[in-house]
Amino acid sequence: MSRIAGCFAALKTQGRQALIPYVTAGDPNPDVTVGLMHQMVAAGADVIELGIPFSDPMADGPVIQLACERALAHNTSLTMILAMVAEFRQQNNTTPVVLMGYLNTVERMGYDVFVAKAQAAGLDGVLMVDLPPEEGHNFTQSLAQAGLDAIFLIAPTTTEERIKKICAVGSGYLYYVSLKGVTGSAKINTNEVAKKLALVKQHTQLPLGVGFGIRDADSASRVAKVADGVVVGSVLVNALGDNQDVPENGCAQVVATLTAMRQAMDA
Amino acid sequence: MTEPVALPDAEGHFGPYGGRFVSETLFAALDELRDTYEQLWQSPEFQAEFDLDMAHYVGRPSPLYHAKRLSETYGGAQIYLKREDLNHTGAHKINNTIGQALLAKHMGKPRIIAETGAGQHGVASATVAARLGLECVVYMGVKDIRRQTLNVYRMKLLGATVIGVDSGTKTLKDAMNEAMRDWVTNVDNTYYIIGTAAGPHPYPKLVRDFQSIIGREARRQSLEQAGKLPDAVVACVGGGSNAIGIFHPFLDDKDVRLIGVEAGGHGVDSGQHAAPLSVGTPGVLHGNRTYLMSDENGQIQDPYSISAGLDYPGVGPEHSYLKDIGRAEYTAATDEEALHSFRELTLLEGIMPALESSHAVAHGCKLASTMAKDQMVVINLSGRGDKDIHTVADIDGIEF
Ligand SMILES: Cc1ncc(COP(=O)(O)O)c(C=O)c1O
Repeated sequence: MSRIAGCFAALKTQGRQALIPYVTAGDPNPDVTVGLMHQMVAAGADVIELGIPFSDPMADGPVIQLACERALAHNTSLTMILAMVAEFRQQNNTTPVVLMGYLNTVERMGYDVFVAKAQAAGLDGVLMVDLPPEEGHNFTQSLAQAGLDAIFLIAPTTTEERIKKICAVGSGYLYYVSLKGVTGSAKINTNEVAKKLALVKQHTQLPLGVGFGIRDADSASRVAKVADGVVVGSVLVNALGDNQDVPENGCAQVVATLTAMRQAMDA
Repeated sequence: MTEPVALPDAEGHFGPYGGRFVSETLFAALDELRDTYEQLWQSPEFQAEFDLDMAHYVGRPSPLYHAKRLSETYGGAQIYLKREDLNHTGAHKINNTIGQALLAKHMGKPRIIAETGAGQHGVASATVAARLGLECVVYMGVKDIRRQTLNVYRMKLLGATVIGVDSGTKTLKDAMNEAMRDWVTNVDNTYYIIGTAAGPHPYPKLVRDFQSIIGREARRQSLEQAGKLPDAVVACVGGGSNAIGIFHPFLDDKDVRLIGVEAGGHGVDSGQHAAPLSVGTPGVLHGNRTYLMSDENGQIQDPYSISAGLDYPGVGPEHSYLKDIGRAEYTAATDEEALHSFRELTLLEGIMPALESSHAVAHGCKLASTMAKDQMVVINLSGRGDKDIHTVADIDGIEF
């Protein structure tokens, strides 16, 4: 069983949901990331989504765009990020790590090179925001052969026909984008999310994570009632950005936010 | 092999290029657009509506003008200019915005958004929006807002809201990022008019189809006026819409050379240019796979050109394909060469070209000088230069 599948299976037996923080690798600088990953696990994170910074993050709002700019100012590259994952794995062999980003960074490295390096580093899953299933066939297959999960998005606008297609190729978990918009936008409507998740559930056994619009303990616990995982990004990234000159303070805020979310979700 | 004219395939691929590389939220909208477009483009009523607007609103057909003094100056092939500069609003961009605004109307979308570099596409979008009574929001990099002040004011007069984009390089690519973000957020009521033959399928195809009126006319006019097809067709390439528009109807005429001219900036070896086909590598940006300017880590590089309309690090996917199969050739002209042609065409023919188009003129003249007098070169004069007078005056040290 993959680390991701194992993680969700264990949570299920405990009747708990996954807390899945997103941070951009290399933000506010590359020295912070591995330590922050360990801190997030200690604060209750079950899966870590690490963003690959990109110069043109079209699906992201200003918060994550600025994080990309900070990380890129330190030349954070995909090669460096895979090294961070490997370093994280030296002390943590259980928490799944997923890379999330835009295809061009992987395309430029070369798909086969990337898959081999990712496997060696101990990565678990890949979510390319701008790679839909119909364009990602070969890549998805080589990820699967290397034991890596291909995680796909489902949106409020996704038709049932496409939901079926996505469920057929996705693995690890599915990521439901809770609203029409970019990361960091408006608040989540839990009722609407619940309706759509019920539809998705008819077509898959995979765990369902929900992201976009989750900002505090309250929204996290509400989403946890209807989903298998709660993805939280912009609020954490904001804390890192606000404290970019004193990264310890940013990390402490991330820990505080996650701790509160964890408590509310488990209550 | 599928004949190039028959592409893209059903998924929007031109060989390995094109496709739909967008986040999931936009898929339903792209499907809807594709289905609407495929249906309407086949319908005689829609064609008639488009043709009528082209004739009575845009002022088509645009002339094919034999530039005799320019030809004599270079002493080689006869140079003909396809006068897209004479279109309403001053560039080829209006052909596409008329077509897409008709789609928006048929789809019942009350709000349109657009990205713009030089401001020509923004003006053309604001124009059709005014005419159809649609709300119009135009995204424009703040760097471009500074160098194209005239067009910014034109858009405002036309009732559009111009939103300055302050991220990244503050030029066309960033405006496109921001327009995509708006679209994802307002996808229910908003139609995104992409201004060039790039973006996710079906945009490269439908923009090409709307712009192909340029090439159909130029082909017919060449036969009528010169009694033959041209030996070469030359066009500037930013995202590639005016170029694919004039190239496409000539694709099957294998003896007609098709030459795209990118922005060489300070020289393609200087690192300061906007010439992905000349020195780029394939990658994925703005919804399609195509040649891009990106570094070894896959980050998009800052493009540079004196002309805002060519200042883009990617190019429409069909050009990438035509380059690979060798059906079209791509080269670059520098800022300096373009400026020279801007002044020369103005002085010799009384036609002031857009700085974008001046790149095509520069290469077209160079090419003509190597050819025989009974040969023929058609240059697509994609727009007029009024909007660039500020830029040129700055270089001349003149203040208004
Ligand atoms: C006059 C003119 N020509 C050319 C272009 C470049 O666009 P494309 O390559 O899509 O024709 C522009 C873009 O703004 C333009 O205004």
